[in-house]
Amino acid sequence: MKALVAVKRVVDYNVKVRVKADGSDVDIGNVKMSMNPFDEIAVEEAVRLKEAGKVNEIVAVSIGEKKCEDTLRTALAMGADRAIHIEADTKLEPLAVAKLLKAVADKENPKIVLLGKQAIDDDANQTAQMLAALLNAPQATFASKVELNDNEVIVTREIDGGEEVIALNLPAVISADLRLNEPRFVKLPNIMAAKKKPLEKVALADLGVETAARVNVVKVLEPKARQAGVKVASVAELVEKLKNEAKVI
Amino acid sequence: MSVLVIAEHNNQHLNPATLHAVKAAEKLGEVHVLVAGNGVAAVAEEAKQVAGVAKVLVAEAAHYAEGLAEELTPLVVKLAADYRYVAATATAFGKNLLPRVAAVLDVPQISDLTEIVDNQTFVRPIYAGNAFEMVQTPSEKLVLTFRATAFEAAATTGGNAEVVKVAALEAQNISRFVKRDLAQSDRPDLTQANVVVTGGRALGSAENFKQILTPLADVLGAAIGASRSAVEAEYAPNDLQVGQTGKVVAPQLYIAIGVSGAIQHVAGMQDSKVIVAINKDADAPIFNVADYGIVGDLFEIVPQLTEALKN
Repeated sequence: MKALVAVKRVVDYNVKVRVKADGSDVDIGNVKMSMNPFDEIAVEEAVRLKEAGKVNEIVAVSIGEKKCEDTLRTALAMGADRAIHIEADTKLEPLAVAKLLKAVADKENPKIVLLGKQAIDDDANQTAQMLAALLNAPQATFASKVELNDNEVIVTREIDGGEEVIALNLPAVISADLRLNEPRFVKLPNIMAAKKKPLEKVALADLGVETAARVNVVKVLEPKARQAGVKVASVAELVEKLKNEAKVI
Repeated sequence: MSVLVIAEHNNQHLNPATLHAVKAAEKLGEVHVLVAGNGVAAVAEEAKQVAGVAKVLVAEAAHYAEGLAEELTPLVVKLAADYRYVAATATAFGKNLLPRVAAVLDVPQISDLTEIVDNQTFVRPIYAGNAFEMVQTPSEKLVLTFRATAFEAAATTGGNAEVVKVAALEAQNISRFVKRDLAQSDRPDLTQANVVVTGGRALGSAENFKQILTPLADVLGAAIGASRSAVEAEYAPNDLQVGQTGKVVAPQLYIAIGVSGAIQHVAGMQDSKVIVAINKDADAPIFNVADYGIVGDLFEIVPQLTEALKN
């Protein structure tokens, strides 16, 4: 069966972004960009399913500017078979992304679609659920374990207070939680081999999907800064301050 | 036009998380609460008494019992015709269900919002809380999830809402609930606790994590949390993780023990009223957000602190 994996190029998770002085956006010029960590986990899971003989082809897809190609090459180096790059110059909302992914899924007919549970830039946590809705397919969000059979996929999900197990008919959409797996380190020969793998370019306009923004960013704000604290020398001093100064115990 | 809040419950009790959505939704219009489940009379009764709730819609069917998004979505979408907003708290339940509803309605969803500026303007965190975006939308219908820690909980008494039965829709049967394992704990719920004691990787082992943190949490009546690295090292179960990808907490007192203070962790606790850090590395980033810090060995300091608090 075929697996489709969606990956996003985002600011590297170690970068602490700053808000631009004019409040128009965050400043991400000249910062390191990487594959969204949750998407890396989704790719790894697809590759493991292929290694286990459950999946025979992995198609990676990314939507965005030209440099998304790098992100797709990483997915190919990890083990994806081919890639589709939908070229878009503007930032797209999760619903628009879900509609574009649906257009790809309609053409590719994957039995299983894997995504990260959220992108670490917009922190929306919406795309997988929206894609599942548009495909009228079942969804398993925040997956920490995936068992794929011929007719269904059994997924363990991270929920508040513990975990739950659900079974989904195929085709199904799954969003990966951090606990699902540990993504592999990409080796140099794989990076070289990935350069030869097919990467198809698709123009946004050719998909016939309405992607205009419906939510506009008025401004981007700095988080409320916390007041600098003090270091105390002893436990007694700490307890005294918590009792009499902060009055929280 | 009013707000439809989707109640989170276990068929017996209303989850306190829902109370935050009710309080937030009050700012947008008349609040109606949907209780969809199986055998939910008690939940409907609780929801009816919540302050600020004007109407409780009750939908009962076996296929609503486990809160599967595939089953609940058609029901919520149908009811949404009468509402301007569909809302829930941004818990695992809310995050799972609401984007599916938004996509079927073909309307935008605004996730995890922390502030309601006006009927169509909202503020929400991005980049792990390192920035906030104020967004505005002309959309006539909206799906919203509220960050619980940014809104107070509605009072559980004082309301007297009308209770109305709504017809269940046919089962979708494309997904199936298998089982649920919830961690048993006598402690307060992490996201609702007044005091949270969190352990990081420096605890060194699952045994230490328990032995060092439990007595302190006991004496403070605190919930126990964990950093991602402590969870990854299997010192603590995943549902205790505090941070961008775990729980967001904002207790009165947050004590970070052996936690370095990575961006992703701070994202989940920086709205705590008072933050205390105990760490042997004086340069650990956690000290940049801590109101009170002690530089030293947690294995000495935490037992001392526990003793001192007993008196």
